Amino acid sequence: MSEEKKQTFEEAYERLEAILEKMNGEQVSLDKSLTLYEEADALITSCQKRLAEAEAKIETLLKNREGNLILNEEGSPETASFAPTRHDSYQ
Amino acid sequence: MTSSPPILSVSDLTFAVKKKLELSFASLSVRGEVSNLRKQASGHIYFTLKDANSQLSAVLFRGAASRLSRLPKEGDELVARGSLSVYSPRGTYQLIIKEVEYAGSGPLLQRLHELKIKLQGMGWFDKEKKQPLPKFPKTIGVVTSPTGSVIQDILYVLNRRYSGFHLILNPVRVQGDGAAAEITSAINQFNRHALCDVLIVGRGGGSLEDLWPFNEVCVAEAIHQSKIPIVSAVGHETDFTIADFVADMRAPTPSTAAEIVSENTAEHLMRLSKLKSGLLQTLRAQVRSSKQRLEALMKQPLISSPYALLGVHQQKLDMIQDDLTQGIKQVLVKSKMQVEGARRQKEALKPTATLNLLKQNFAKSRREITRAYLEQVQVRKTKLDQLIKLLRALDPRNVLERGYSIAFHEKNDSVILSKDEVQVGESLRVRFFDGELIVQTTEKK
Repeated sequence: MSEEKKQTFEEAYERLEAILEKMNGEQVSLDKSLTLYEEADALITSCQKRLAEAEAKIETLLKNREGNLILNEEGSPETASFAPTRHDSYQ
Repeated sequence: MTSSPPILSVSDLTFAVKKKLELSFASLSVRGEVSNLRKQASGHIYFTLKDANSQLSAVLFRGAASRLSRLPKEGDELVARGSLSVYSPRGTYQLIIKEVEYAGSGPLLQRLHELKIKLQGMGWFDKEKKQPLPKFPKTIGVVTSPTGSVIQDILYVLNRRYSGFHLILNPVRVQGDGAAAEITSAINQFNRHALCDVLIVGRGGGSLEDLWPFNEVCVAEAIHQSKIPIVSAVGHETDFTIADFVADMRAPTPSTAAEIVSENTAEHLMRLSKLKSGLLQTLRAQVRSSKQRLEALMKQPLISSPYALLGVHQQKLDMIQDDLTQGIKQVLVKSKMQVEGARRQKEALKPTATLNLLKQNFAKSRREITRAYLEQVQVRKTKLDQLIKLLRALDPRNVLERGYSIAFHEKNDSVILSKDEVQVGESLRVRFFDGELIVQTTEKK
């Protein structure tokens, strides 16, 4: 993860906390609060998106007999979705 | 000429081997390294004695074990004294140990120790060279067996923490010949294709031999050279391998490894959801208080009651309405009276009205006539009474009352008007006013 993204995260948190503080203050109008909430909600959603994919993706790399990765046309490794089987013993 | 050997049953052969072996090795001492040690609940201890090329099953029964000052443990180099025994049901032979003499660390541990010192000298374990783990890894790589417990433990932990992770498994053998080469190649493959942000390399618990691939130099080198930060998770908490020392982070168990790599993301996700609920709560509170303010405003008399603003006008309106009503009432009464008058006039012109009038007149005349008639009747009646009195005065019977009598022939009831009509001696009836007398005529004069 790049430094820039971490920064963005921190900024997002700072903004979120500022919004929370503002909203907790007495002076903010309801309209303003709603606007602030929308902004915060968008920030939270984007942060959550950056932290986690929408759905769990569990893959296993495909290898040939020699133990080399099987590559697709672009030269990226081929994968298959993976579901662990019941283990009989510790290996 | 060929002589065929006798055909034996398995039991016969086993018995023969047993007899020969047990007699030949009734008492012996054998030197080896303890591995794959299993202590059973029964108190018996089973392990393998091995050296570089061979291995031998050994058993230390509870009785013999209890007499030892120190129990053997994994990796111990020892000299065991005892006898060989054939275990017929399995056709295996094993060393029944009676006494144990320890001879220092075994060669595997020795090799491990030597490699450790060497790599440490090369700076591979240096803390400064450890790469920091990514705070928010998008993709987590795993090098382990696809059928082992490690991948299951990792997935269990990740699934429990958050749902949106991306994991790529590079399936390898984690013990036996070729395992080290596979692990090495898997780490290199992840790096070559930059497939993940962090890599977990590991396997479950096992004997020193089982864990050995993780003590091989090639694996250590691959970990050392990896651009992707590596978390090692080999064996149990008490097991330390070379891989653990070289890795950027050593996790005591696979579950812990999964926790370490997902810690930040999970924490941040939790923080975000807390922030979100906090914001929502604040917003709800504000909406609620605004609502209360609005309700309070609604209760203000100027707003809650329309009369406050409109009262004066309302009153004026009421008065105007009253006036109007009054005016209309008067007009109505007047009109009603006119209508009534007209109705009466009209009524008078009706034929029934004329008829009624005539009827009334007729009745009146009739009454007068009746009265006149009755008067006349009365007059006549009075006259009649006078006449009746006169008549009664003329009634002969009334004359009788005044002392007159009437004489009748006794025979025919006719009135005797003259003395000539009567003979002497004839009986006569003489009527008085109060009755009759029968009398006899005695003489004429």
